[in-house]
Amino acid sequence: MTPILELRGITKRFPGVLANDSIDLTLEKGEIHALLGENGAGKTTLMNILYGLYDPDEGEVFIQGEKAKIESPTDAIEQGIGMVHQHFMLIPVFTVTENVMLGEEAVKAGGILDRALAAGDIRTISEKYHLEVPPEAYIKDLPVGVQQRVEIIKLLYRKADILIFDEPTAVLTPQEADELFKIMRSLTEQGKSIIFITHKLREVLDVADRITVIRRGKVIGTTTPQDANQAKLAEMMVGREVDLELERSELKAGDPVLTVNDLVVADDRNQIAVDGVSFEVRAGEVLGIAGVQGNGQTELVETVTGLRHPMEGDIRILGSDVTHAAPRQITESGVAHVPEDRQRDGLILSFPVVDNLALQTYYMPPNAKGVVLQEEQMMQTAEKMIEDFDIRTPGPMTSVGSLSGGNQQKVIVAREFSRPIKLLVASQPTRGLDVGSIEYIHNRILEKRDNGCAVLLVSPELDEVMQLSDRIAVMYRGKILAILDSAEARKEQVGLLMAGITSEVQSG
Amino acid sequence: MTEEKKSNEKNAGQILLEELEPNTGQKARGFKGFWLSIRIPILAVFSGLVLSAILIILTSEDVYAGFGAGLGPGFRAVWNVVVDSYGALFAGSLGSPAQIVSALQSGDGLAIRRAFNPFLESLVASTPYIFAGLAVALGFRSGLFNIGVEGQLFLGAIFSAFVGYSITGVPAIIHIPLALLAGALGGAIWGFIPGWLKAKTGGHEVINTIMMNYIAFRLSEWLLTGPMKRPDSYNPISPTISENAMLYRFFQDPIRFHAGFFIALAVAWAAYWFLFKTKWGFNFRSVGANPNAARYAGMNITTTTVLAMALSGALAGLAGANEVLGVNHNLALAFSSGYGFDSIALALLGNSHPLGVVLASLLFGTLRNGATKMMVVTGIPIDIISVLQAVILMFIAAPAIIRTIYRLRKPKDEEEDSTLQSFGG
Repeated sequence: MTPILELRGITKRFPGVLANDSIDLTLEKGEIHALLGENGAGKTTLMNILYGLYDPDEGEVFIQGEKAKIESPTDAIEQGIGMVHQHFMLIPVFTVTENVMLGEEAVKAGGILDRALAAGDIRTISEKYHLEVPPEAYIKDLPVGVQQRVEIIKLLYRKADILIFDEPTAVLTPQEADELFKIMRSLTEQGKSIIFITHKLREVLDVADRITVIRRGKVIGTTTPQDANQAKLAEMMVGREVDLELERSELKAGDPVLTVNDLVVADDRNQIAVDGVSFEVRAGEVLGIAGVQGNGQTELVETVTGLRHPMEGDIRILGSDVTHAAPRQITESGVAHVPEDRQRDGLILSFPVVDNLALQTYYMPPNAKGVVLQEEQMMQTAEKMIEDFDIRTPGPMTSVGSLSGGNQQKVIVAREFSRPIKLLVASQPTRGLDVGSIEYIHNRILEKRDNGCAVLLVSPELDEVMQLSDRIAVMYRGKILAILDSAEARKEQVGLLMAGITSEVQSG
Repeated sequence: MTEEKKSNEKNAGQILLEELEPNTGQKARGFKGFWLSIRIPILAVFSGLVLSAILIILTSEDVYAGFGAGLGPGFRAVWNVVVDSYGALFAGSLGSPAQIVSALQSGDGLAIRRAFNPFLESLVASTPYIFAGLAVALGFRSGLFNIGVEGQLFLGAIFSAFVGYSITGVPAIIHIPLALLAGALGGAIWGFIPGWLKAKTGGHEVINTIMMNYIAFRLSEWLLTGPMKRPDSYNPISPTISENAMLYRFFQDPIRFHAGFFIALAVAWAAYWFLFKTKWGFNFRSVGANPNAARYAGMNITTTTVLAMALSGALAGLAGANEVLGVNHNLALAFSSGYGFDSIALALLGNSHPLGVVLASLLFGTLRNGATKMMVVTGIPIDIISVLQAVILMFIAAPAIIRTIYRLRKPKDEEEDSTLQSFGG
């Protein structure tokens, strides 16, 4: 059977980088084909070529055996290719119908929009593919999982046969992700073909029919879930053996380092983001806060690190009240912070590595004598940190913006971990990182824990929270619904809590 | 929408401002690094000169007359016009080589001085640019767009003139620093106000500094027709400052070269030391490059903003003080030929680095000085310099144009960064 889609010898060069190196890929009709690779491996570039956003330097695309010319997303859509992007392209103040119609409006005579006709078509698609959406609802009122369904309907409305999903589960709870996989299977049963881009090993084994691994722009191999396991896939992605099992040594918890009482915090729009939260983190333990992003975790972390002031409640670090302390005060009392947006908050991209490594300590000895910066001293310290933390950079004077995501994160980790710290606040510490970097960062966090540091970990990646934490707190709509011992917590239970479904509702 | 990333929301204005921000990434050390950072400014100036030449050709009667007579006479006219204009520019700004050589050969002191006067006058013209350019550069490095240099410069002139003429009987070694400090103070106050407004209310400094300019102009008009007016004159001009407040002139009239030039160089060095060698400068630059990260690193954005605007204003104030104490020896209306506004283009040309500012100031001062002679000799209006500056500014604000025309590649792409690949691969 001719594959519905074939990419032959696709090569794409950017200045200084060979993003795609003679890539061959086939997609059979009705299959879910996963494209697995680290960040920077070239998967998104490849899909952007398929979707008409880039022109390949070499290579050809064949659809149903015929050579295809795709010079823009319009061409791609006309030929039946559709893409659900990681960041949705929906207009929050329009309804579902209006968003789906946009660009392909159904009109009555005289150019008047025919919303009813479109809504009817949407309902037909909904029923056929089990994609329940309320056509009259406004996007901004819908949960993320439903918004994603609207994105899928947009493609089906335009008669796409080949659907590309780019990191679709990045914004979903575990339950929503399972729903999505059911939808994907139902779509393929109805004859659609799916390419599924991801870097998450477990998902790939759950849902894919075939898996192609890309590394540094080249196809390393194609395999099936039957023939591969997580370890093998990780090895293909990274090029060496990766230890996926984290060994967490026995918990030796000491006194509480961080105590938060009845904290109430407002966000930038003066809405209550943190609604009466209390918890403590003891020395030598990891408290992980699980929850989908947007439930108050960001504001909570900002308040603990002094970047935001609470409306009510108090925060104590080692007994001292730091509720309204300045960020520098808190840092100087032995707190390290790995921020969730490393490029916006953690680094100055245009500055060299050495300056970024000294960002928290530039003003005090030995980096400064009086008013004058001690550049030689800063360079020496930087070189040591680069070695200790294995930061891959041409040198300390390279601007940090040209490092890869993993190495940028290592700069932050090196900076924060090289101080004597009693509390580590790590917010999404492995966001956007490849398997190798993730392994590294997780090990360093556990190392700190074993050395008696208290760790507050915030992450929407449930696997990460469960692997690293001794206790797990689940945050939903600004409240902590439960704090569980990680030994006893089950993934399904936590997943339900993340969606706001407490045990009373579960059992009742 | 799922995630609201503050950093991703940018409007067209912010994208333009980003292009104007100093290029702080160090791509290479030593000579290669210097060439990379100077490459685009040099090409921008060159392109500016070419475009101005085209403008001169297109507006020259001789050229049209020449082409009327034929292709040959036409091209000869083009050549002559360009050579005459740029020749006059050169001679007016740096001196005529022939005159210099013959003066040196004759050994006559007066002749030598006359031969070098154009060059010395260029230095005099450059001096206020250095101060004003430093003011803008300091602002840019701290993330602030100080469009109020002109107004701050006026306040500096007012304060220093007042100290200059109202205090008598004080030796120069005290009077001059006092008057300079007064000028810096005046500018600092005028910079502090919009800085404070930005820090406390978020009011953008571009708007507020422009408004403050107008207030400064009207204030000086009122002062010069009232409290600060010279008693025995109908003109809006202040009394002449005390001789002890005048900046030392190295030669006799009509050569105006004065100590202000060296003071400017010293201040430029101090600005360099402050920005790049002290922890305060690190603070300013961090806030300018990424205020979010600076906040996370514990820096106080409010304090930094206010201090940076005040310091920037102080530097601008010194520009005004320089003109009063070194050149005019009094304060009059329209003493400033738009230094404040030219300084913005200048700071951009110099990549907001003190060394670049000094070089760019020398260029601008030289051009302005030469344009006066060019106007006398060829009749080309002095506004051609404004055109030249505008073209340079345009090319700096859109380096992509220069890169496309001269087929340069962005420096980042010339390095094969193995680190662009992910770790562990």
